Amino acid sequence: MTGVAPLLELKGISKRFTSRLDLAGRIARALGSSVREQTVHALDGVDLAVTEGEVLGLVGESGCGKSTLGRIVARILEPSEGERLWKGRPYAEYEQSASRAERLAVQMIFQDPFASLNPRLRITDVIGEAPVVHGLVPASGRDEYVADIMQRVGLDASLARRFPHQFSGGQRSRIGIARALAVKPQFLVCDEAVAALDVSIQAQVLNLFIRLREEFRLTYLFISHDLGVVRHLSDRVVIMYLGRVVESAPSSEVFARPNHPYTQALLAEIPKLEATRRTYAPIQGEIPSPLNPPSGCHFHPRCPHAMPRCRTEAPRLREIAPGHRSACHQNDTP
Amino acid sequence: MSGPPLLSVDGLRMHFFTKAGVVKAVDDVSFAVGRGRILGLVGESGSGKSMTGYSVMGLIDPPGRLVGGRIVFDGQDLTRLDAAAWRRLRGNRIAMIFQDPMMTLNPVLRIDTQIVETIRAHADVSHESALARAREALARVGIASPDERLRAYPHHFSGGMRQRVAIAIALLHHPDLIIADEPTTALDVTIQGQILFEMQKLCRETGAALIWITHDLSVIAGLADEVCVMYAGRVVESGTVAEVIERPLHPYTRGLIDSVPSRNERGRPLRQIPGMTPSLLELAPGCPFRERCSHASAACAESPAVTEPAPGRCLRCFHPVHA
Ligand SMILES: Nc1ncnc2c1ncn2[C@@H]1O[C@H](COP(=O)(O)OP(=O)(O)OP(=O)(O)O)[C@@H](O)[C@H]1O
Ligand SMILES: Nc1ncnc2c1ncn2[C@@H]1O[C@H](COP(=O)(O)OP(=O)(O)OP(=O)(O)O)[C@@H](O)[C@H]1O
Ligand code: SF4
Ligand SMILES: [Mg+2]
Ligand SMILES: [Mg+2]
Repeated sequence: MTGVAPLLELKGISKRFTSRLDLAGRIARALGSSVREQTVHALDGVDLAVTEGEVLGLVGESGCGKSTLGRIVARILEPSEGERLWKGRPYAEYEQSASRAERLAVQMIFQDPFASLNPRLRITDVIGEAPVVHGLVPASGRDEYVADIMQRVGLDASLARRFPHQFSGGQRSRIGIARALAVKPQFLVCDEAVAALDVSIQAQVLNLFIRLREEFRLTYLFISHDLGVVRHLSDRVVIMYLGRVVESAPSSEVFARPNHPYTQALLAEIPKLEATRRTYAPIQGEIPSPLNPPSGCHFHPRCPHAMPRCRTEAPRLREIAPGHRSACHQNDTP
Repeated sequence: MSGPPLLSVDGLRMHFFTKAGVVKAVDDVSFAVGRGRILGLVGESGSGKSMTGYSVMGLIDPPGRLVGGRIVFDGQDLTRLDAAAWRRLRGNRIAMIFQDPMMTLNPVLRIDTQIVETIRAHADVSHESALARAREALARVGIASPDERLRAYPHHFSGGMRQRVAIAIALLHHPDLIIADEPTTALDVTIQGQILFEMQKLCRETGAALIWITHDLSVIAGLADEVCVMYAGRVVESGTVAEVIERPLHPYTRGLIDSVPSRNERGRPLRQIPGMTPSLLELAPGCPFRERCSHASAACAESPAVTEPAPGRCLRCFHPVHA
């Protein structure tokens, strides 16, 4: 796939959230307490390229910056640093010349369907309003269009006049999927889109994603903690740890030859459907915080292979096999 | 198991009376959980799992209504409790971890305020010692830098971190019964392992009973003692986890096990149960699974009664799957 400009490219994206002190904090500081403003390093120099028609899986521990990255891709958040390119051109430049429909090209399915649905809108409006407003569907064809999309994500179309709170958790999450698909996007950021779905509905939605990709070359950034699903769907997988990409490779490579010790730890824990009761173990080592990330390689406090160098120097993401990149100092020691 | 179970639910019915008609969200559900035991409640989206949990918690709002059944917790029938009695029980002896963490969290209050208030609502302790417990509670669910995080607001947290804070709050008072509604859906395997470890420990050490609601059979497989499989508001099959996963009897359970992604081939369409979940609105009589079932016959137009195909197992099906 070399030579073709990627559909979407991120270069050196960083995002910091700085919390301003609230009143209590300011008073405490005035009284001499050591309360400080907190900076969360949610993303630290992330590079990413996604080719048209590709499914890029994004995996990583809770709190490592996946949703933040997804929101930056979908233009819901601005990065603190770095560049975003769409079809080779900076986002801002592209937007000026794009039509209204083209501006809907990147859509996001939110991790939290509860918070992202307006409680006062009926489902038919949640799904049907944007496509009509943006001229994708004539107003007269709206009901039929909404019914068709609801059916595709496994929702009973006769429920279109209900409000979000009248649905179960998984039904709400499908409403979010239907809303994103309704504006015919070219690029879909799926943030834990199928996490709330049982396997049979999950299969139906994943099959729909696979079909849309074949029919319309729909491209995906697929954020999920479910490695079974990621493996099934993704062409390539990117693994993040505490705001940085630690490994990226074709899906089959990652699962067959995981290189980074964090990736290896992740794969070791995939739950299996076995009828034996397990004894779960607590997390080993100290849990790192993005408020105060460990020096050097962020993973060193939990890494079984950590060397002195890991504490001081951040490993660079290097190609270790064609298309397979990993950020670990072990790859330098022959 | 000796003595009566801590919680026993018998013939529970919870219906929504909507303008469009009656939605039988929970329709004749029975189960029991003993002290220190873990019961898994699995079933597909919309099958009534959350509403079963809400019913036990006494959290049903109109147009929903309990229309039948008994819920006996430690000898008292919860369906007869008044509001004051509920306030003493809820959050203290019975706690629920909601599917949506924002049901637990108040968006405009700092995390420390919320946890300290919860602690002091049921325990007479100083602000300082409540704060110390809050710090411990966050660390237990794998939240690093608990001191700084305590001063943050819920929207400063990632999705999975909010879920974990809600779990920490539910566990504050070492409840006797915990109803956990899909609490680890958005968590990666390492953090999930940490949470499951804490849950198992709690049940083992304090004898708490746990109801774990999920659509994910693989979590239930490693965690629970017994499992109830729900479909369209009913329990269609129940038994010990080992029994049900190794020898599923209901065709729906069988389909559920077959469509787990790891049992399928990469990139191929996943095996799925054909057809759609029936709408619970004005659901026709008969086995609700029959439209999608390869075993269905004319007999299935009648509702199958609950049978006991083996000791400790329950089934609602005319044509069980044979291994
Ligand atoms: N608005 C915000 N203000 C302050 N901090 C934030 C904000 N949004 C996110 N963060 C912080 O940024 C980090 C990354 O959060 P993000 O939501 O991207 O994680 P995630 O990888 O999606 O995690 P999860 O799997 O739990 O959803 C977290 O430490 C979080 O607390
Ligand atoms: N306020 C309401 N009015 C009418 N029907 C409702 C209402 N709330 C829920 N329902 C219906 O009740 C049924 C059971 O809902 P419940 O939330 O218990 O499902 P669930 O098994 O928890 O599903 P999920 O896995 O998707 O969370 C669903 O079919 C839902 O559409
Ligand atoms: S760089 Fe060092 S600490 Fe980091 S993963 Fe590699 S061996 Fe472990
Ligand atoms: Mg997230
Ligand atoms: Mg639910």
